Amino acid sequence: MAVLLGVLFSGGKDSVFACYRAMEKNAVGCLISLFSENEDSYMFHTPNIGFASIQSEAMGIPLLSWPTRGEKEEELADLRSAILAAKEEFGLQGIVTGAIESVYQAVRVQRICRDLELWCFNPLWQVDQLEHLRLILAEGFQVLISGVFAYPFDASWLGAGLDEGKVQQLAELQKRYRISPAGEGGELETFVQDGPIFNKRIEIVRALKAYDSYRGRFMIQEARLVDK
Amino acid sequence: MILLVDLCYEKGSLSQYEFVHPIARALQSAGAAWKIEHYTEVEEQELESYSHAVLCGTALQDHAYMDRIDCFAWIKSFRGPLLGICAGMQVIGSVFGGKLVPFASIGLQKIEILRETSLLGKPGQIEVYHLHSLGVTLPEEFILLAGSLERPGAFKLIGGPVYGIIFHPDVRCRWILERFAGLQKEDKPLGSAASQNQSHYK
Repeated sequence: MAVLLGVLFSGGKDSVFACYRAMEKNAVGCLISLFSENEDSYMFHTPNIGFASIQSEAMGIPLLSWPTRGEKEEELADLRSAILAAKEEFGLQGIVTGAIESVYQAVRVQRICRDLELWCFNPLWQVDQLEHLRLILAEGFQVLISGVFAYPFDASWLGAGLDEGKVQQLAELQKRYRISPAGEGGELETFVQDGPIFNKRIEIVRALKAYDSYRGRFMIQEARLVDK
Repeated sequence: MILLVDLCYEKGSLSQYEFVHPIARALQSAGAAWKIEHYTEVEEQELESYSHAVLCGTALQDHAYMDRIDCFAWIKSFRGPLLGICAGMQVIGSVFGGKLVPFASIGLQKIEILRETSLLGKPGQIEVYHLHSLGVTLPEEFILLAGSLERPGAFKLIGGPVYGIIFHPDVRCRWILERFAGLQKEDKPLGSAASQNQSHYK
């Protein structure tokens, strides 16, 4: 039973890997991204979301972008509208998320899918986060760290590539400070430049870093697609 | 070796990552070995090699397993501890004569454990994660551990280590899976003993 799916897409490692899982045996009809005006959006990841379009182009999957003011609970209505619009435009049968442990997110998407009569898939649900990071690397994804938002991350993390060294550091931070290694608690954000489901690689041409008191962003200003 | 029965719509489905693999990981953390089989491929002659069996849950929209109840006839003769999670509970209930009923719930909820058992421990409140649109009524040979007769949250076969829980212990209360891995075989009751107990517990 191949299902036509829409992937809730932030451009970060988890939504990209969820898309990868979805594509194993199903077709992905579109990516669905919500663009939040609120930098501290409760549900929606914001750094570099504007470059989801280049990722969409790199992956060869259409992108449906939907605006949201990013205010808690109102975001849900926006998410429902986006999913409904995607269902109608692309004929989707199901939705995929990159949720790992967030019951808050999972419950809300499950309810929307139930109401809209869509299947709901969460292929990263309850994964061991360190194993998950290692699997992402092993499968060939190129991930850069685009945001840090917790103690004790310093500015050196911004723009750094995720590698085994960083995974080991995240493991230490998990032990000492209970940081969620996958960053689902909002501690860090990522941007995926390449992977097995990318037809082209994304090269960062220009970016700005802003960092203060354990919060920082690597903001892509210009990027281009290059042949692999 | 614990048999993990995949109840998802097809073998190797996208739902397997969400509903079967987390159970496997939890059991592995508890030191148990496991093997996943899709429910359409469970072979009766191989069941003796398993000490325990878990019937895993599946996606909210997935009810295909209920059209293949014939695939679960082995449940009644399985000698080891058996745990049905969500869809798995519905299957156990159906095989033992219960009826499917609408029972929708998504999210975290506190439930009351009514009786002490080896699986769920002493009576008291626990917070669990629900994701279901159906439930199953309490079959004749079972006692209620949580919820109501028409919509049990958990039940157990009288005198035997067969349990059904409507909630998902891989999300909250992972200790239930650890306890399950540690359960031993019990003798399953004959019909008359079950009937005598039923009126007392109900």
